[in-house]
Amino acid sequence: MMSQTLNVDQIRKDFPILSRRLHGNKALVYLDSTATAQKPVTVIRAMEDYYNQTNANIHRGVHTLAEEATAAYEGARERIAKFIGARHAREVIFTRNTTESINLVAYSWARKNLVSGDVVILTEMEHHSNLVPWQILADERGIRLEFIPVTEEGELDLLTYQNLLELRPKLVAFSQMSNVLGTINPAREIIEMAHRAGAVTLIDGAQSVPHLPVDVQQLGADFLAFSAHKMCGPTGIGVLYGRRDLLEAMPPFLGGGDMIKRVTLRSFSPNELPHKFEAGTPAIAEVIGFGAAVDYLIQMGMNNIAAHEHAITRYALDRLSEISGLKLIGPSAEKKGGVCAFTMEGIHPHDIAQLLDREGIAVRAGHHCAMPLHQRYGLPATTRASFYLYNTFDEVDLLAEALERAKELFG
Amino acid sequence: MDDLYREVIIEHYKNPTYRGVLDPHDISFEDENPLCGDQIRIDLRVNDAGVVTEAAFSGHGCAISQASADLLLESIVNKPLEEVKKISKQDLLDLLGLENLGPVRLKCALLSLKVLKAGIYGLGETDDLLVEEEE
Ligand SMILES: Cc1ncc(COP(=O)(O)O)c(C=O)c1O
Repeated sequence: MMSQTLNVDQIRKDFPILSRRLHGNKALVYLDSTATAQKPVTVIRAMEDYYNQTNANIHRGVHTLAEEATAAYEGARERIAKFIGARHAREVIFTRNTTESINLVAYSWARKNLVSGDVVILTEMEHHSNLVPWQILADERGIRLEFIPVTEEGELDLLTYQNLLELRPKLVAFSQMSNVLGTINPAREIIEMAHRAGAVTLIDGAQSVPHLPVDVQQLGADFLAFSAHKMCGPTGIGVLYGRRDLLEAMPPFLGGGDMIKRVTLRSFSPNELPHKFEAGTPAIAEVIGFGAAVDYLIQMGMNNIAAHEHAITRYALDRLSEISGLKLIGPSAEKKGGVCAFTMEGIHPHDIAQLLDREGIAVRAGHHCAMPLHQRYGLPATTRASFYLYNTFDEVDLLAEALERAKELFG
Repeated sequence: MDDLYREVIIEHYKNPTYRGVLDPHDISFEDENPLCGDQIRIDLRVNDAGVVTEAAFSGHGCAISQASADLLLESIVNKPLEEVKKISKQDLLDLLGLENLGPVRLKCALLSLKVLKAGIYGLGETDDLLVEEEE
């Protein structure tokens, strides 16, 4: 079976790690891109070139290396801004990851704008990184948290959401794509409804930005958080996109070098955007690697990537549901991205993952940083296989066959 | 398919001897592994001489954690608590017949021992230090 949209054989050659063999010469079958994606050679090389040729601290130096490093760093910001459809590059703030981006909003925007009794709406399918920062705030400030329920099929219950909006929430924060169910939530509709109720919105884009075309203007997004490492880029670098007027009105997050315009012994005035939120020497090589990752994704085409993952997910759901005793959670293929979480009767997810590993197949087992969602389904843990642009239909077959063997062993 | 899943482990996982709860009990403790959600509770009955007379475990988790709990309890019944306190990480791994467990699965294997020791010492919570003594 071949994908119509991407030349996957060619793409696989761009990822050195995919030719790795393990456990007695078994080809690596990497089905854990939801946790972190593999990196194409262009990303690895961009970072290596930077260290070999350019390395210098940015922004204040006038020597050649510093000029080049600054240009490369800011150039990456511009390409990333364009990639998500931002109006201005200054709306792209570099952070360490999605988690830090969400915390930035919780510490800076929320502490300025929310008072005791204010309502924040989240959903039952959130990753811990879009729960715990708000729980900390709730404890500290008396903020009230409400949750959009998840239906048995793994979708958000928008009728209940409509009712919750009558509480006049100040913020609605939700993930655009679930890292467990794979559900692609109707972000534009959720945001429109929130705006009509007067709320600001935050999208956890950790899964959507790597896998779907995402345009902040088209979505009407106020804040969008995402991580480079899930979209073929390096670890340690992420983005908070914020609408310019919101960012302008926010107090700084961390204080230090780079984020100031002027400092006296007793006071400072903050720098302008985006530097106001980027205190200290940033992850320069990682930003440059991130820029290369975005270039790579653009070259492949986000629509093509989404279509390929859609096809492979549909095939995986078919193959997996043929296995007796295997139960998938999440909606049907039309409504989800390339994430398949499941349980198998009589075998714990950990054991499944371990047995698959011995065949060279990398999947994840556990609660995937979404304990409340697992509680919602009464499951302590699930096994999760996830797909990206480099995965093949053959790999899905290998997965299904290995699961049959695991079943036999425990049978 | 796998040396980790030797018969003894699958057998103790599927047909554990010591699964259950003891009510009343003299010692009971429960904890979970936050990484994977594995959860184990261990109940003991101990006589006046300080010897374990009955033991049971409950909870849920992977084959390694559950088989480890069953084998561990099998090894402590009719033993004095003082001796049970001396069981080391290596003793348990020997019981399981496992070597070269990676850091993640090691936590699964050792959860029962942590719970057992925290219960015997009457601690409020488990601690990795309980199973990380001398190597
Ligand atoms: C939906 C979702 N949100 C947030 C995160 C956190 O991302 P990071 O660990 O890069 O901050 C993840 C990553 O697992 C995720 O899948």
